[in-house]
Amino acid sequence: MHKNKGRTGQLAYHFMMAPGMIFLVIFSFVPMLGIVMAFENYVPAQGIFGSKWVGLANFQYMLQIPDSWNILRNTVIIALGKIIFGTIVPIIFALLLNEIRLKWAKKTMQTIVYLPNFLSWAVVAAIVINVFDYTGPINNFLTGLGMHPIMFLASNHWFRKIMIGTDVWKNFGYGAIVYLAALTGIDPGLYEASAMDGANRFKQLLHVTLPGILPTIMLISALNLGNILNAGFDQIYALYNPIVYETGDVIDTYVYRVGLLGQQYSFATAIGLLKSVVSFVLLISANKLSIKFANMRIF
Amino acid sequence: MIRSKSFGSRLSYIIIWLLLLAMTALCFVPMMNMVSISFSNSSAASANQVGLLPVHFNLNSYSLLLEDGQFWRSFLISIERVVIGTSLNLILSVLMAYPLSKTTKQFAARNIYMNILIFTMLFSGGMIPLFLVVKGLGLMNTIWALILPGAVPIFDVILLMNFFKSVPESLEEAAMMDGASKLTILFKIYLPISVPALATIGLFAIVGHWNDYFSGLLYMNNPANYPLQTYIQQLNVDMTKITDPSQLKALASVSDKTLNAAKIVVSILPVLAVYPFLQKYFTTGLIIGSVKG
Repeated sequence: MHKNKGRTGQLAYHFMMAPGMIFLVIFSFVPMLGIVMAFENYVPAQGIFGSKWVGLANFQYMLQIPDSWNILRNTVIIALGKIIFGTIVPIIFALLLNEIRLKWAKKTMQTIVYLPNFLSWAVVAAIVINVFDYTGPINNFLTGLGMHPIMFLASNHWFRKIMIGTDVWKNFGYGAIVYLAALTGIDPGLYEASAMDGANRFKQLLHVTLPGILPTIMLISALNLGNILNAGFDQIYALYNPIVYETGDVIDTYVYRVGLLGQQYSFATAIGLLKSVVSFVLLISANKLSIKFANMRIF
Repeated sequence: MIRSKSFGSRLSYIIIWLLLLAMTALCFVPMMNMVSISFSNSSAASANQVGLLPVHFNLNSYSLLLEDGQFWRSFLISIERVVIGTSLNLILSVLMAYPLSKTTKQFAARNIYMNILIFTMLFSGGMIPLFLVVKGLGLMNTIWALILPGAVPIFDVILLMNFFKSVPESLEEAAMMDGASKLTILFKIYLPISVPALATIGLFAIVGHWNDYFSGLLYMNNPANYPLQTYIQQLNVDMTKITDPSQLKALASVSDKTLNAAKIVVSILPVLAVYPFLQKYFTTGLIIGSVKG
């Protein structure tokens, strides 16, 4: 009797898992099988099973063409820039905001600064295009100083910097929340004790505040490490153009443009596979790191 | 000594305020500028004369926008996606989170499912195999292409699972005594206590569905089927194509900057509508948001 009841309970649990699992099988596991395309010369008319097996030819081709190194370099530079500045700026903002006692002012500033995070990249791209326009506010300022206006979004010198800057602009406020939460968790007694020892504000920052939020910084950095090959497709795709492919083309935009639009399915799947594998390894390592250093697990 | 210290701390307080105001203005001004352009006179807007406030305030672009059939068609597609997509996300998350919140003693296969979920979260077949699956299923140009591939939000499942774990066991046992089924327990006991977690997931899902422009681009061949953010992204395309100053003049006469600005402003109104509610759940949502990155 008791045993039987336990079994029906199990069955009920399996039924609850079923709908979600069906979606995961169709939209996660079936595409994983599609990875065999990376080792074929996939022709849509012949299908996955009919296309010719080519082994590692797609990967060899990848190593030969200069595009590969270009998109890898762009991806890592843009992603690293975003990780570095996307960590520092929120910390600074959180530290500054933490000093403010005026509640309504704090709340108002937070409301404004968090908002860009919730706008789509299509909208933010429109704002970016508007601000960096040839006759837009920034160029107006430059010409006001007697300088020449710059086609910022069509400049290989500026494109990556703008991607990093606008990403930080969009996300720094929201990114500060986690540090603000960590700051409220610091024991006020530590500040009193250090003040008694004659520590000034700067010394307190160095010896109390920063060590207090260090575990959070470590955890977020570990998480970001897994994203080193994600330079931000939605942003870059919404803002780039052929002139800046040299500095702005990243793995995901290349896979979409050359692979999907250009119908080089096998080649692009091979690139995508390599990216997935590296990201997978990085995320696993990130999890290990965060357990070791911050005693927190990501998953 | 004391005076100099208080002077120093007052000075640092002023510097802190100035820096904070500068950072806030840096966020506010570009957004406000877009709003002002939408209320300005067309010629002032194309000459880039609009700053923080509208120049020759008028509602022309908004009355023009009212007659723009494609904009509203895309708007409705996005609303449809948000309603169906968010509901589906919530239903599937709730159904999966409950069994996963059990121990392996209570649900023997729990860890197997959990590992499958984590694996799909960390590894994917990539853009092209997924595209071919969606295409093969005949979902191209349908709303389902925007909804089904992301039907199971794994981070949300895990968040909800952790929330369910904190529900006292005694509540469930009492209900079992009364002969309630698992499904009844889930909906009558777990859901009412999980409102904050569900609200967080729901609100973030709404914003996520509304803001996604790329699925529309990927799965819709016909611009008539674009959801709103894809439609907005396409407005930008005309702008990013300009790589030579000499093209600017031609473009200014073709596209109306104020009308585009009005489209952008209207496209963020739904986000602004849920924003106050979202703010309540920032810290819970952070757990989802930071992992999603």
